[in-house]
Amino acid sequence: MQFGIFTVGDVTPDPTTGREPTEHERIKAMVTIALKAEEVGLDVFATGEHHNPPFVPSSPTTMLGWIAARTERLILSTSTTLITTNDPVKIAEDYAMLQHLADGRVDLMMGRGNTGPVYPWFGQDIRQGIPLAIENYALLHRLWREDVVDWEGRFRTPLQGFTSTPRPLDGVPPFVWHGSIRSPEIAEQAAYYGDGFFANNIFWPKEHFQKLIRLYRQRYAHYGHGTPEQAVVGLGGQVFMRRNSQDAVREFRPYFDNAPVYGHGPSLEEFTRETPLTVGSPQEVIEKTLTFRDSFGDYQRQLFLLDHAGLPLKTVLEQLDLLGEEVLPVLREEFAKNRPASVPEGPTHAARVAARDAAPAADGTAAAATPQEVTS
Amino acid sequence: MTRDRTQAVTQEAARPLTLAVVSAGLSTPSSTRLLADRLAEATRQRLADGGQGPVEVRVVELRDLATDIAHNLVTGFPGAELRAAVETVTGADALIAVTPVFAASYSGLFKSFFDILEPEALAGKPVLAAATGGTARHSLVLDHALRPLFGYLRALTVPTAVFAAPEDWGGTGDAFTGSLPGRVDRAAGELAALLAGRPATGGPSAAGPVAAGGAPGETGETGGTVRAADAGPSDPYDEASVVPFAQQLAALRP
Repeated sequence: MQFGIFTVGDVTPDPTTGREPTEHERIKAMVTIALKAEEVGLDVFATGEHHNPPFVPSSPTTMLGWIAARTERLILSTSTTLITTNDPVKIAEDYAMLQHLADGRVDLMMGRGNTGPVYPWFGQDIRQGIPLAIENYALLHRLWREDVVDWEGRFRTPLQGFTSTPRPLDGVPPFVWHGSIRSPEIAEQAAYYGDGFFANNIFWPKEHFQKLIRLYRQRYAHYGHGTPEQAVVGLGGQVFMRRNSQDAVREFRPYFDNAPVYGHGPSLEEFTRETPLTVGSPQEVIEKTLTFRDSFGDYQRQLFLLDHAGLPLKTVLEQLDLLGEEVLPVLREEFAKNRPASVPEGPTHAARVAARDAAPAADGTAAAATPQEVTS
Repeated sequence: MTRDRTQAVTQEAARPLTLAVVSAGLSTPSSTRLLADRLAEATRQRLADGGQGPVEVRVVELRDLATDIAHNLVTGFPGAELRAAVETVTGADALIAVTPVFAASYSGLFKSFFDILEPEALAGKPVLAAATGGTARHSLVLDHALRPLFGYLRALTVPTAVFAAPEDWGGTGDAFTGSLPGRVDRAAGELAALLAGRPATGGPSAAGPVAAGGAPGETGETGGTVRAADAGPSDPYDEASVVPFAQQLAALRP
């Protein structure tokens, strides 16, 4: 089980002071937060990708490369990489390069993006969102697994005799998650490839995500990657903590009330009742997070959103201290209890290399083979 | 779970028709609600006359949900109470929708409620549209605002839409216009005729028997089952409705 943080990268004024950080301050804050994540014992840092204000992370591999050079253990990931509007060839190249520089500590999460104008800005049509996600990933998947690719599709210039360089580290591509909050097509896509499925469940009631994840697990098994329980699931979460629960609520309320996504809507109390948001003591965060396993089954990765809505860097770093000192050790212990041995751990490069090397000896077939590779 | 399901399925045959009534009136008492009730009662009567029934009428008062509807617009998901109201409307066999006229159109509250439904949620559902207003000069709101809305949602709007101006509540009609009770009865007859032709176990777009709700709380007090809003006849998260990936990929071959 891996624990980490994911960031949107918004530049939002602090509602309690009115002060808005500069882009430079926000970018530096994001990487400071990433370094702190490793320091407090977290496993993963994931950054969003956006191409419009008030968001700064338009160039994820630049940022993650900087972080990679200053960390030892942290897995660098995305939340999400825009599979619709990025050229899959450039994704293949950029993330393979990052994978080498980070010695394998890289995976990424595919997403379609939720900002309409980004599609035309990058020469695409939002009405083709799902087909773009499907075709572009199909190409990316091949570029990382076949040394020479001939390819023709609907959305991109054909490729003849193309080799994406550098080749993935140790011949094992970065692990891929597919993120979606409502599309069964994406759950199906993740299941087909045997990739991970990340449900950013932070805004909606759990019943919706239970159905989405159940579908992914069923289809993962359908495609022969393992049992439904062995499917690779990641979940979002959102917390604000102080040692004293009332202090947390009092301090976070102005940030909640003015938050860009859900501000000026339901009350903090209603929102914490209906969604995974927890505002309270570390103990309350532990209790709420543990309910995720009851709702969704044993899973592989839990990412928390901590640095948004204008929260000052100092506060976010304090949140990370609390997370690392008080929450993480208990969550690791509790999530390990009664976890069947057959349920996989969170994906790492080392484990994927080992699995690849072990597979031919076991049954004589390639471990990484997907139905697509078998049939095409 | 299994027992509840069996029970629900065996009661399916006796499932009453469900008629959802959405009223966007704001005052109490409200003439919009009054009109909604007259329409519901007339529809029930017409069905009874035709040997159909019983009918279960479920009223959704949007005033009580005003804050929840605003929250849904902001957060993208309905709270528990609003979710139940949405399920009532999308799961019903037919809908009566009544709005007051505000600024030459339906009220913002009325529109916001329909804004939060899934675009397909009312497809094929028989709908009786009605409105109230301060003067009969607003009556074309029915044709210029409500019909296009339900047309977009691909609902099956009955030919007669009913407008009630203040004088209608004390009038008897004239040579050119039926009385309000006459128009209510005509519209109700049209809605009842649409309902009469359909099996009691299926919603408008049901491909087969309605899946029984798993939770006991979803079983109505008369024993009928309420279809969950997004667990309807074609629940997109049901494995059976998934388009296999190879097919999705093949559709993109140049």
